Amino acid sequence: MTSAELTALAAIEEGKFAQAFPSFGPERRGAPVMAFVRVSETPIVTREKVYEPNIVIVLDPTLLKIVNVEAGLQKGGIVILNTSKSVEEIRKETGLKAKLATVDASKIAMETMRVPITNTTMLGALVKATGLIQLAGLSEPIKHRFGPIAEKNINACTRAFEETKVVEG
Amino acid sequence: MSKQIGIEVSLAVAEAVGLCDVDVVAAYPITPQTHIVEHLSELVADGHLDAEFVPVESEHSAMSACIGSSAAGARTFTSTCSQGYALMSELCYIASALRLPIVMAVANRALSAPINIWNDHADLMYARDTGWIQLISESGQEAVDMSILGFRIGEDKRVLLPVQVNLDGFTLSHFIEPLTIPDAADIKKFLPPYKPALRLDPDNPATLGPVGMPDIYTEARKAQDEALKASKPIIAEIFKEFGKQFGRHYNLVESYKAEDAETIIVIMGSIAQTAMTAVDHLRSQGKKVGIVRLRVFRPFPGAELFNAIKGAKNLVILDRVKSFGGGEISGPVALEIKSVLYDKQHHPKVGNFLVGLGGRDVTVQNFEEMVERVASAKIGDLPAYEFINVRE
Repeated sequence: MTSAELTALAAIEEGKFAQAFPSFGPERRGAPVMAFVRVSETPIVTREKVYEPNIVIVLDPTLLKIVNVEAGLQKGGIVILNTSKSVEEIRKETGLKAKLATVDASKIAMETMRVPITNTTMLGALVKATGLIQLAGLSEPIKHRFGPIAEKNINACTRAFEETKVVEG
Repeated sequence: MSKQIGIEVSLAVAEAVGLCDVDVVAAYPITPQTHIVEHLSELVADGHLDAEFVPVESEHSAMSACIGSSAAGARTFTSTCSQGYALMSELCYIASALRLPIVMAVANRALSAPINIWNDHADLMYARDTGWIQLISESGQEAVDMSILGFRIGEDKRVLLPVQVNLDGFTLSHFIEPLTIPDAADIKKFLPPYKPALRLDPDNPATLGPVGMPDIYTEARKAQDEALKASKPIIAEIFKEFGKQFGRHYNLVESYKAEDAETIIVIMGSIAQTAMTAVDHLRSQGKKVGIVRLRVFRPFPGAELFNAIKGAKNLVILDRVKSFGGGEISGPVALEIKSVLYDKQHHPKVGNFLVGLGGRDVTVQNFEEMVERVASAKIGDLPAYEFINVRE
């Protein structure tokens, strides 16, 4: 949810319209959750969940075994993965056919922040793979959200931006 | 004019309440209302809001504390939903009968069982008969504005009633979206300090809420009903005043592309936005469809609603809670509207749909299907009500 929230805040900061919202059960840290984001040049007039995304971001690589992350993905859409594996390995293991962006966000998060939490790290991958928002636009929302540990988060995000690989489907 | 910011709607509501110079907040946290009271307690603890935050041990105590503080002349706010509302409900009747202008944000959530933390209008309808004014928000901006309006309306000397500001749980409370929080100075201009007509004051002793024997109870009840009904034009007047000052115009009943519509969706709350997308799509196919949305459920704006729907051949009325076991009785919104239609001797085709219960998503496609279902039905073929999206 944090990454969805920060994406929407960055987009609004850039003067766009955006909404972000969670779809979770009673709060438990580490439980699988979905969060949705819409970004638009015009006002957003719907409250339904996102069923046909342009972009799917998967923060936890183990989810690939239990969720079809390509379901509903629009033509030309992209799946952005936190994984230490190569795109070839991923395609072989999961059968994913879409355009993929990969980054080892868990490793980056551990090395820069010493926690395996990849929300802000994966935003760097989102910026690199899609240009939906600007890297610079994220710093204010991250500072506001994380205060004293904002800098580490920005570093993780920037490093992910540099290390993300994008491979056409 | 203040700038649009991106913010979670719950936090924005708390900020707005803070800017209303509230004196007392007494509340107990419950999902999905939690962020509202959490943020208010932060504002107080960090010294940004000079108010008394009372972390009570239950919702029953929350409303009890609110009644006490409001009766003592303090501007008072609380927030709850669902089971929390149910627990405090006996006090809610007392708040309205004592004519205390407490404002309560309700992040609308389903009632148990089965236990469910998600959105529907069970708590809104549970509160229907408590004598409170009920305002309903469609967007984060509206939740902010209705919170400010709640104090102004409730505290008006001609009204003096508590106000429930409804915002859909999760579907609004947990949305991050762009909105404007008015400037403190502008709010101050719109909302003068609260001066109670009568307050508990040791120097001027008075009794509030004594026993009402059979020789006075009926009169008290009649007076309360008249007070709530009489608030309707005043609410409309204050909406106008708000529009003049803030540039956001509100009505008791809102319409979207309904003027020439053959089929009108009648709805309350945030999913009206999803309905707007459906209407735009259907209009692009040449279908004459519109939306009429109730912003106020109590006092019920019957005449205004009738004016908005009288041209339609078909009505798609949405309810988000069922009154159980009433035979051929519809959901509470449809029931209200059907009684208006009966009084006016007006008989469009009416489809009543139970949607979005306990957080079930309501999609653009759902709206299009409901419109099609009513538009294509023969007169007399539609059941009293139908549940939508049910797995049988």
